[in-house]
Amino acid sequence: MPSQREIRRRIASVRNIKQITRAMQFVAASKLKRAQDATLAARPYSEKLDEVLADVASVLGGETHPLLAKREGNARCLVVFTTDRPLAGALNANVVRFAGHEIAEHQGDVTVVAVGRKGRDALRRLRVPIAAFLPNFGDRPAFADVLPLARLITDDFLSGTYDRVDLVYPQFVSTLTQRPVLETLLPIHPSEDTHGIPGNQFIFEPNPGAVLEQLVPRYVAVRVYQAVLESAASEQSSRMVAMRNATENAEELIDDLTLTYNKVRQANITREMIEIASGAEAS
Amino acid sequence: MPLQLEIVTPERLAYSDEVDEVVCPGVEGELGILPHHAPLLTQLGFGELRIRKGAEEERFAIAGGFLQVRPDRVVVMAENAELGAEIDLQRAQKAREEAERTLATDELEPADLARARAALQKALLRIRVAEHHRREGPRHRS
Repeated sequence: MPSQREIRRRIASVRNIKQITRAMQFVAASKLKRAQDATLAARPYSEKLDEVLADVASVLGGETHPLLAKREGNARCLVVFTTDRPLAGALNANVVRFAGHEIAEHQGDVTVVAVGRKGRDALRRLRVPIAAFLPNFGDRPAFADVLPLARLITDDFLSGTYDRVDLVYPQFVSTLTQRPVLETLLPIHPSEDTHGIPGNQFIFEPNPGAVLEQLVPRYVAVRVYQAVLESAASEQSSRMVAMRNATENAEELIDDLTLTYNKVRQANITREMIEIASGAEAS
Repeated sequence: MPLQLEIVTPERLAYSDEVDEVVCPGVEGELGILPHHAPLLTQLGFGELRIRKGAEEERFAIAGGFLQVRPDRVVVMAENAELGAEIDLQRAQKAREEAERTLATDELEPADLARARAALQKALLRIRVAEHHRREGPRHRS
């Protein structure tokens, strides 16, 4: 049986931990709100860009731009989005396991660009070749922040280093669910839905080719930006839930320890009374 | 029939309303859109976007992007769009001074020169839009 003092010390330390996890839970909750809003606010732009790309592509036909052309080769690049900071529940483990499956299936063909420190560390342990590493984009990613990453991927694709580029990130489904998904970024596959107007009815200024030339790099950047926003929202919600569980567990532990403490205290008192009573009898 | 106008940037939906006329900076010159315009898809340049709604006029500073005109609506996809009222005039002026200082120094790298020029251009545009907003407010149009 541990001594009373030991138990008291443990209760105090669990209580401290509880305070920290509780604070982290609230911080994550408020950041989650912001990250969720940012994800929703970015959606209209990417939807509109999809439409425009469909319009242009329907006029020009496929394979008119090097970033739209399908290739025969097998060299692939996975851009894996994870967090920089720990204590985000199973989020990073899930993403890494998901990416790991894909990598194992195409052994030897896959190179990774790791965004986020946790993913880099885990993938390095799996001995996956990592071509580049970027820290995560933080709590409030701006569109301009992702441009270097988009350019890096695009350049490597154009130079023929990769024949296909995929994004792997935790999609934000709800506060309780974040699902790792794989999305093909390059070559771009424009949607065929032109929303009622055939693309050839549009007047293009200066001409369809020039519009496409401008459109495509922006499209790539927006897709990357979306993945960044989704991962940010997933990170905060996963951390919030993990910290809530931790807080609840701490409370349970405190209850258990308090019970043990009372038992020990009671046992001590009983023992002392017996000692006194038997001492009195003896004399 | 008014135009349904939407201005979106990668970060947000900046504007969504029914308006009477939009004038925007196309790459090939300024471009006015009235109701019943033919379907159009064009690149946008850098400059001032004016929205007329009845007697009211509002101005946006926009940089790059696309304009899509459909029968049912007009969509502006800009890299950046700021409403006159949102612009921090002091910050824009500071940015302008800084860019001018950079340009005044000799021996600039070509890349730095281009960056400073772009910064100056951007600052000037923001100042113009913001000052116009201060002078006229969003309400009146001469």
